[in-house]
Amino acid sequence: MQEAAVSATDLACRRGDRVLFARLSLALEAGAALHVSGPNGIGKSSLLRIIAGLAPAFAGSVTVHGTVGLLDERHALDPALPLGRALAFWQRLDGAGDMQLDRLGLTDLLDVPVRYLSTGQKKRAALARLLGQRAQVWLLDEPLNGLDGPAVELAQALTREHCAGDGIALIASHQPFHLAGMYTLRLADHAA
Amino acid sequence: MNRIAALLRRDLGRLLRGGSGGALLPVLFFVSVAMLYPFAVGPDAALLARTGGGVIWVAALLAAILPLDRLVEPDLEQGLFDQWALRGISEELAIAVRVAAHWLSFGPPLMLAALLASALLGLDGATLRTVEIGLLAGTPGLAALGVTVAALTAGLRGGAALSGLLVIPMAVPVLIFGAGSLGAGGNSGLALTAAASLVLIAIAPFAGGAAVRAGRD
Repeated sequence: MQEAAVSATDLACRRGDRVLFARLSLALEAGAALHVSGPNGIGKSSLLRIIAGLAPAFAGSVTVHGTVGLLDERHALDPALPLGRALAFWQRLDGAGDMQLDRLGLTDLLDVPVRYLSTGQKKRAALARLLGQRAQVWLLDEPLNGLDGPAVELAQALTREHCAGDGIALIASHQPFHLAGMYTLRLADHAA
Repeated sequence: MNRIAALLRRDLGRLLRGGSGGALLPVLFFVSVAMLYPFAVGPDAALLARTGGGVIWVAALLAAILPLDRLVEPDLEQGLFDQWALRGISEELAIAVRVAAHWLSFGPPLMLAALLASALLGLDGATLRTVEIGLLAGTPGLAALGVTVAALTAGLRGGAALSGLLVIPMAVPVLIFGAGSLGAGGNSGLALTAAASLVLIAIAPFAGGAAVRAGRD
């Protein structure tokens, strides 16, 4: 497995006819975490999607070494299926990564159809999916939305462990995210 | 290969189970049309036998429209296509697998239901055979067309109604050749049905894949 790295040069993003940010450059090495902060609508999610390769950059270029995992508001779990089977699909696709269901408090919910889960439970299930993917680069879009106090702690601990294992994490959030040695990118500084 | 099998298994499961009756609804709709037709035109056995094959084809086409709104849109909304793209599963592959799953969920059930329909309409053995071969050749094309149009209209307001209207004109060649094989067309009609099907299947992954990508803003 190659060393993870994320870099972007002179990135600009346009939505509709508005340029959200421009001249944004960043470089992250294995083990680094970056908190992308800023108010709603400033382009945090767009930045993550550009880095994921799911949206085109208006200008500039992105290089990502390593596998990419994305956690956003869409949990990508079949609403009609019991949680266990919805997660099993991703396990078949990704191989047998440890989803840490115990720690995420999901073991009692495996028989419950996904659509009956609360927002926070769905978020924790999406975290399990992300863990099972064993991706080197984590793109977390508002990862703390809907999580209660202990779950927020847990999400931060999981991110810390991911980075300690030479992973990279980019966290887009308007909420504070506590992680030792984390870089911060204030997107407002790059607003066009 | 394992990933394709996992995708196919999941897609098929979702389509068979899915909301609003799953795979059963189009089949019930199809049989209802065959059941209602004799009530509407009267119990003239000769007339039913002559026109019944065509009715089966029209019913099959309309039944193929029913599940359109849940072919692509829910997965797009829940971010599955994005997650697949991150894992190196292209939109084209995902759509190709979806076409196969959609056909499996409605083609063979429809062919089984056609046995019942042909009994209701009093078709003879030779006609039934031509109808079944025609459906085998034509339904894959209808499935491919359905998935393509569903991908194109996913995310649009009123997309479900629009996709029905889009499918009908593009399904006309399959219908003409398929129903035509019952009359003078014969085997060449069947061959042309299969040809029209193949064209639709060949286009579907690329058109559908491009539509899914374009749908991400």
